[in-house]
Amino acid sequence: METLGIWIAAILTLCIYSFLYRDNPFYRFAEHLLVGMSVGYIIVITIYFGFIPYAWTPIKNAVTDETARLGFLTLIPICMGCLFFARLSSRRAWLIRYPIAILMGISSGIMIPNALQTDIFAQVRGTIDPYSRIGVLSAFEITGAILMVIGVVCTLTYFFFSVEHRGPVNWLSKVGIAFLMIGFGSAFGNTVMGRVALLIQRVDFLINDWIGSIF
Amino acid sequence: MFEKLMNIDRRIIFIFVALVVIIPMLFPFSLPLNVSEPTQKLYDYIDALPAGSTIMISFDYGPSSFPETEPMAAAVMKHCFDKGIKVIGVAVAYIDAVPLADRVMQQVAAEKEAVYGEDYVLLGYRPGEEYVILGMGAEIASVYDSDFSATSITEIPMMQNITNYDQISLLLNLAAGSSVEGWITYGHTKFNLKIAAGVTGVIVSQMYPYLQTGQLVGLLSGFRGAGEYEKLIKAPGDGTKGINTASLVHLLIIGLVVIGNIAFFVQRQREE
Repeated sequence: METLGIWIAAILTLCIYSFLYRDNPFYRFAEHLLVGMSVGYIIVITIYFGFIPYAWTPIKNAVTDETARLGFLTLIPICMGCLFFARLSSRRAWLIRYPIAILMGISSGIMIPNALQTDIFAQVRGTIDPYSRIGVLSAFEITGAILMVIGVVCTLTYFFFSVEHRGPVNWLSKVGIAFLMIGFGSAFGNTVMGRVALLIQRVDFLINDWIGSIF
Repeated sequence: MFEKLMNIDRRIIFIFVALVVIIPMLFPFSLPLNVSEPTQKLYDYIDALPAGSTIMISFDYGPSSFPETEPMAAAVMKHCFDKGIKVIGVAVAYIDAVPLADRVMQQVAAEKEAVYGEDYVLLGYRPGEEYVILGMGAEIASVYDSDFSATSITEIPMMQNITNYDQISLLLNLAAGSSVEGWITYGHTKFNLKIAAGVTGVIVSQMYPYLQTGQLVGLLSGFRGAGEYEKLIKAPGDGTKGINTASLVHLLIIGLVVIGNIAFFVQRQREE
């Protein structure tokens, strides 16, 4: 059975990589198979780990067990969730605003205070914190701290559109572009590393697991 | 010649890349690898934990990114089992992470003779990402009443003394998406949970600001991070093997970028 699995995986891998030559029916078959299986798997898992424990079981228990009558409260979010399907009717489509409003309200309430703390306050503190212990930093660390402040100020200047980008503002924003380019270059290099990793793993599988199982 | 280079068939480049990947696999070799500071920080943090501590690993990657993240999971778990640290596996972002997590946990456990339920447990996936993270901060059992194979959490020995994040020494997020931000925003900021990340190369650049501020205690970066950690625990594995081959491919790509740029500028100069 394991050998069969290896053969299926190897053939599908080759089907996918055949796209590197040109688009072809083998590639499309493997692509459609992947999409179909992924959607099917996600639906089953969502039913088992989402619908059954959070919707079906509480109501079933409320019906069968007198001590679990509070489970009927689950009907409120279920009904609210069902309003998402109102979008399918042009006359009742406005009803979708209620679940969206609730979701937006809850998400904003949970997210905004924590996100401000995580991505604004902590980052600002991290940018200026090295200056509070400048006496104990090495020359390399001091250079890094200075570069970081220059990078933050110049990059923010580039995205500051309330002032015309002329004179010193223009120079600052140009330096900001340079920092952005370095950032994008780093991200691109790391992306290449990630894609190469995928290729290496697949080639390793084909050579060691598949061809290795034949000979 | 430069005109030919500019119009080279991309399939020739694919063949070169394939050769550079295949040949090192047939004739293995080893390149020197220096351990970076973010990897060292994670290693030092875990190494300093006393035996009996518990770390949680959030497996937030799918089949399309497991070659980078799975070696990290294996290396960190080997280190934990060697030190007597217990491991809880969860998944909050990718449904399809659970079979991958199960596979790597079983492999490492078999190698280190770790016992399921006593040394490690896989709780599985629950939908709702940030709500799962927040819910576990209050009480893990409120989100995970059973493990991934439907065994009640009350019947799992190592979960008896674990209520919430107060008993978790570290959360390691192995991620291919934005789940690290979620863990930092809700796990670290709200519950002061110590967070480390092992991420794919695609998103590692976004992680450095969190490392610099101390919101992450350590960071593993793609194949390289896995290879470095394997070096620290003296157990070369898929990360070490991968980074050697990847280094050659990177050299090829750098060479192609340089040649492409030279050809582009020479051709433009001739046209002018």
